[in-house]
Amino acid sequence: MRKIAIYGKGGIGKSTTTQNTVAALVEMGRKVMVVGCDPKADSTRLLLGGLAQRSVLDTLREEGEDVELDDIRSTGFCNVLCVESGGPEPGVGCAGRGIITSINMLEQLGAYDESAGLDYVFYDVLGDVVCGGFAMPIREGKAEEIYIVCSGEMMAMYAANNICKGIVKFAKTGSVRLGGLICNSRRVDREKELITEFAKRLGTQMIHFVPRDNDVQRAEINRKTVIEWNPQAPQANEYRQLARAIEENDMKVIPKPLPIDELESLLVDFGLFN
Amino acid sequence: MLDATPTQLELRNALVINPAKTCQPIGAMYAALGIHGCMPHSHGSQGCCAYHRSQLTRHFKEPVVATTSSFTEGASVFGGLANLQQALVNIFAIYNPDIVAIHTTCLSEVIGDDIPTIIKKSREEGLIPEGKVVIHANTPSFVGSNVTGFSNMCIAIVNYLAEQTGEPTEKINVFPGWLDPSDMREIKRLATELGVVITLCPDTSDVLDLPQTGIYEMYPRGGTPLADIRRMGDAPRTIALGKFTAHPAAEALLEKCGVPYNALDAPIGLANTDLFLDALRKAAGVEVPSSIEAERGRLLDAISDMGQYFYGVPVAIYGDPDVVLGILRFTLELGMEPKYVFTGATGKAFETRAAQLLEEHSTSALVKSQADLFELHQRIKGDPVQLLIGNSHGKHIARAENIPLVRAGFPILDRVGHRLFPMVGYRGAMRLLEQISNALLDFQDRTCPEEKFELVQ
Repeated sequence: MRKIAIYGKGGIGKSTTTQNTVAALVEMGRKVMVVGCDPKADSTRLLLGGLAQRSVLDTLREEGEDVELDDIRSTGFCNVLCVESGGPEPGVGCAGRGIITSINMLEQLGAYDESAGLDYVFYDVLGDVVCGGFAMPIREGKAEEIYIVCSGEMMAMYAANNICKGIVKFAKTGSVRLGGLICNSRRVDREKELITEFAKRLGTQMIHFVPRDNDVQRAEINRKTVIEWNPQAPQANEYRQLARAIEENDMKVIPKPLPIDELESLLVDFGLFN
Repeated sequence: MLDATPTQLELRNALVINPAKTCQPIGAMYAALGIHGCMPHSHGSQGCCAYHRSQLTRHFKEPVVATTSSFTEGASVFGGLANLQQALVNIFAIYNPDIVAIHTTCLSEVIGDDIPTIIKKSREEGLIPEGKVVIHANTPSFVGSNVTGFSNMCIAIVNYLAEQTGEPTEKINVFPGWLDPSDMREIKRLATELGVVITLCPDTSDVLDLPQTGIYEMYPRGGTPLADIRRMGDAPRTIALGKFTAHPAAEALLEKCGVPYNALDAPIGLANTDLFLDALRKAAGVEVPSSIEAERGRLLDAISDMGQYFYGVPVAIYGDPDVVLGILRFTLELGMEPKYVFTGATGKAFETRAAQLLEEHSTSALVKSQADLFELHQRIKGDPVQLLIGNSHGKHIARAENIPLVRAGFPILDRVGHRLFPMVGYRGAMRLLEQISNALLDFQDRTCPEEKFELVQ
């Protein structure tokens, strides 16, 4: 079983990219579980055809600690298994603790056991790793491969660089490695070259360049991944390519985060500041 | 027992061994018990509340009542609103206190529960019955110490309850700081002897030192009445006894209601009691009666009678800062030689004040805040003392180094006197003097060579 976590700046398209990639993997016949680690609990909406899911923490709150796996796990597109960690309303409680609680509970309930026969687990994590709880998926060898979704925009790269710092910290004591950057295009000038170079400097690769395509939004309005909504769409093939690249990826590294001035000079070199 | 403690000191930045303090909520719980008809409420998981209750019970040998929000995993994630609201409903329905004094814990502080908003919401939703009072203090355990928690609850009492009605009162406010019920009782007795009416806040006498009547009362007759606390804002003056556990509340009252205050040390020993009585006398415009003068005279006589046994005796004092500073001054008055003056609490103010007192007596000592008992032990091994004064946690050092220990402060878990007899005032000083001299003489009688063994001392 490969354990993968997707990180990246808030709003960059982590959930959309994760779900579309997972859709491609299950289409290929892989058995996948997606664990949404966002208090908004919207990481599996496209795979389930809506926010039908009861989150782990809601279930815990309503039914106490006597929870069964079927209470919190739903089956979506091509038998993909979906779990939403959930969390408190904005401004109260502790969302970070919520992630720790729900991942521990999934482990206790045997969601990751051999008998589950999973090929992949995907953790889709809230944008900013603001506290220990949001780092839970990369602690203690839970996720072993990280993919960072980014674009050619400065703040997205800045966030990606920061996440790399987190990976370095946990990589020293555990098995977590960076698998690559996924460029979710914002149609920034020379974006592909920029992210390719950025990835190289980090010691990793741009595993795929996902072009911008409004089919993604059209599918989302229909509460579907592109692959389910229109398997023939060119964008569906992009996600299939990404899924295959992940499947075949053997480049897993401890990244080398850039000093801020180097990051900024990279942007200058690629003409963004002109 | 502590045989492995090395004499050699090593630099230790990230490790505390045998801390000379405990955490904030226990202080807040104790302060709240000094309000009449008050239920202390611990907003956190059950273990915090259970520990603080049991520790207070061990010290006072009285059942200490407090309630808890009973946090679970769910409350930690979703916030403590639901738990606190349910708790308030239950507390008023089952235990019916006049006031609930909420203090927070590490957990509720880290998840950032907004207690004032929860109280407001609960009042709007009718969960707090008409005429009942709910106050709160933030007491994260990872900040400060038990002393901070006590002080924070005293500040909360002032900020929530004290009022300035414009109708003046003769009553003088006294913030006693963290003292035992026997001490609070003694402060009230001294005020009565002087003929001064005071509002002592908080006041745990007749709450945690109850006579045995065979009848259990959840809210005994003691504790500062709410009505008196409300009127504190009208008082002509406040006397605050202790930099760490009393001055901050007096400052809050000054800010809120403009009541000026005397910032004194805890009235332990001769000079500190003199200063307290003098402040009280001036505030109320009365004369010190001859009965008190006679008490003082008897103390002075005892000091001079026994001076030969105290003079130059090296002593280590440790514990909560206000009590340690009081005892430090008294040992200096006795002519002893304080060598180590340690507190686990934070605060440069402790070191500054201790240095002042030592300088007044033309001597010096190793004074440390944020210190632990392991270091105290190491220091003593390197350069011994003949007496320890502090709480029960020092008994291991006392045994390992064969040094007599006079128990004073909090907690005292293995002796009785503190519940019955005060440490403050002239009488309290007499008791301390008796304890110190008996400890020294008992030790001498037990250990001296036969030819030095004297019937008459």
